[in-house]
Amino acid sequence: MRKTVKLGLGAALALTVSASSLFAENIKIAFIEPLSGFMAGTGTSGLHQYEFAAETLVNANGGVLGGDMFEIVAFDNKLSGKESLVQLQVAIDQGIRFVAQGNSSGIAHALIDAINKHNKRNPDDLVMFLNYSAVDPALTNDKCSFWHFRFDANADFKMDALTDVMAENEDLKKVYIIGQDYSFGKAVAAAAVSDLGNKRPDIEVVGNELHPIIKVKDFTPYARKIIASEADAVITGNWGADMVGLGKAILDSGFEGPIYTYYAAADGITATFGEAGKGSLYLVGTDQLNPPVSDRAADYITAYKTKYPDGDINQARIVNVVEMLAKAINEAGSATDIVAIANAFEGMEHDSIWGSKIVMRAKDHQAIQDIHISEHTDEGAVFDYDNSGYAPVVKSTVKMAGADSATTCDMKRP
Amino acid sequence: MELILVNLIDGLVYGLLLFMLSAGLTLIFSMMGVLNFAHASFYMLGAYFAYQISTYMGFWMGLLIAPVVVGIAGAGVERYGLRRVHQYGHVPELIFTFGLALLIEEFVQFIWGNSQLPYNEPAILDFALFSIGSNDIAAYKVFMIFVSIGIFLALLYVLTRTRVGMVIQAALSYPRTVENLGHNVPLVFMGVFGVGTGLAGLAGVIAGPQLGTFPGMAILLGSIVFVTIVIGGLGSLWGALVASLLIGWMTTFAASSSFQFADILLALGMEKPAEMSESALRDLWTLTLPQIGPILPYMLMVLVLVVRPYGLFGKRDA
Repeated sequence: MRKTVKLGLGAALALTVSASSLFAENIKIAFIEPLSGFMAGTGTSGLHQYEFAAETLVNANGGVLGGDMFEIVAFDNKLSGKESLVQLQVAIDQGIRFVAQGNSSGIAHALIDAINKHNKRNPDDLVMFLNYSAVDPALTNDKCSFWHFRFDANADFKMDALTDVMAENEDLKKVYIIGQDYSFGKAVAAAAVSDLGNKRPDIEVVGNELHPIIKVKDFTPYARKIIASEADAVITGNWGADMVGLGKAILDSGFEGPIYTYYAAADGITATFGEAGKGSLYLVGTDQLNPPVSDRAADYITAYKTKYPDGDINQARIVNVVEMLAKAINEAGSATDIVAIANAFEGMEHDSIWGSKIVMRAKDHQAIQDIHISEHTDEGAVFDYDNSGYAPVVKSTVKMAGADSATTCDMKRP
Repeated sequence: MELILVNLIDGLVYGLLLFMLSAGLTLIFSMMGVLNFAHASFYMLGAYFAYQISTYMGFWMGLLIAPVVVGIAGAGVERYGLRRVHQYGHVPELIFTFGLALLIEEFVQFIWGNSQLPYNEPAILDFALFSIGSNDIAAYKVFMIFVSIGIFLALLYVLTRTRVGMVIQAALSYPRTVENLGHNVPLVFMGVFGVGTGLAGLAGVIAGPQLGTFPGMAILLGSIVFVTIVIGGLGSLWGALVASLLIGWMTTFAASSSFQFADILLALGMEKPAEMSESALRDLWTLTLPQIGPILPYMLMVLVLVVRPYGLFGKRDA
């Protein structure tokens, strides 16, 4: 019995080895995200979106460089920086040159540090970091790297766009800012205070509060304080259970103004808010699914929903990552010359399937694109989230947000 | 002033919710000596079962059926798990319940996934009953208050006025004697464990729509329940009630206050440093009461353990 197991294992190993050598021309992208633990839902959803984009937009159209296929290889980082570095090393040892990650800016910092070191020591075996979600502004400012490209708008751009829209609302007099007590929550609060101060000095910030992250059981007292402050609007960068708890408490307490958020959608959040959040919840972000901008976008979403009926395209920019990478590889004429591919990325202009034009700014490797303010509603929600009938529907758009923004990036080119 | 009144009500709702969790735990702990780490997991199961039932039969059937299912599951755990582990002593029991908590969390994620569940208040209770100032008090909150008080009165009646209650109380203090008198003590244990976990399940059913239904909900409430029963005194129903309300009001008032520790420093005659990153006390200068609210119950527990080790209403050492 033991022997047969060993034999079987050996055979399986041999098969995988020969299989990987058979498809050696596949261009592999390492997807390093939490695939177990409490954030596994987000990671798995992102993986599906990568696989689907690679399959339908690149491989089905004949691949890149006249026949090379994209292959997404998943690595579970358990949402830990240390584990991410282990997985990065495994990916590099497998000869993978492209790394995609986005959940947690802390992990993004750890990864780009490691990649910088690796590329310095191994100039013949370079690695590129495709950041599709980590929004800490530092990644394209002080900590910017030639090997790092960010496809999402950074937190400052989003706040800039959000406050642009808020500033147009003359009825807005008092704003309450509340967030989780850690770097991102503090960054959101600081950006909100300074942006509002510049654009509408007459708006009073009646509360600027940080609450312990994932520790608050009952958000009702915070909601009471917000109402007692007579705020007209709330800004929060909360995510996950903290977003749901805070949002529900505020709505239950009778707050009627808008709640501006970064992450109040998908992964069960849209379904949980449902009718109660209608007309109150707003999201700032780069993705536009509703209303669909073109038949191509609509067909793409429909095809995705057919394959994953319980899934949602909640990180639509993943499609941009895949399409722009294919474009850069074709332009560079090689899937191994990372410097040439990076150069192809710099200044690249791309018409996204989601309607926006995207420019990869050369000086800091930050994608410049449209930022939308969406409303949580069922009206015009053609493609709903969580199969709930509700979805964020774009209400206003800031074209090419942050295009003229300054950066402290001092890019070191090879 | 209005805010204080609103906070009193909110704290009452949260405190009574804690009471439903801690009532079962304190009985189980004092009677069987089992520190049930999985108690909050049964609370989570209650919310998930109720959600599942509510998708087919509505909220009210979930409210009726889910606690019973959780209670039966709890009794089963006692009968076929804990009772076998019991003979090896307290440490294996502890490890058993700890493992059970992990197992239930994995089970919940396996069946329902990692996302938030859209488990919401029934439409009939989804309105503002009255408002104080501009703060609405949701009808559902008032409903929660009534359910919790009802449960407390029922428990009090059963424990002090019925024969079953007498046996339980006797078994709490002198299990051997009660056994010698011909009562089936293992059956009493199983019943208490079942009712205790069922109460936790009920707490989950009514708290799920308010505090969110997600795989982390057990961990979030797990530790605070132990704090409650230690403060209240083991085995004391009144103690559990008082400690729960105390913690409920304490955390609510702390979270809604806008007290800053900088005020104390200023009152002490210190000057606010211009460059905060240079100051040795920079953390204290920027600290607010809401930020440390969640650790206040733990500080109270330490205080109680120092001054009155057997808890506010306890009769023997913890």
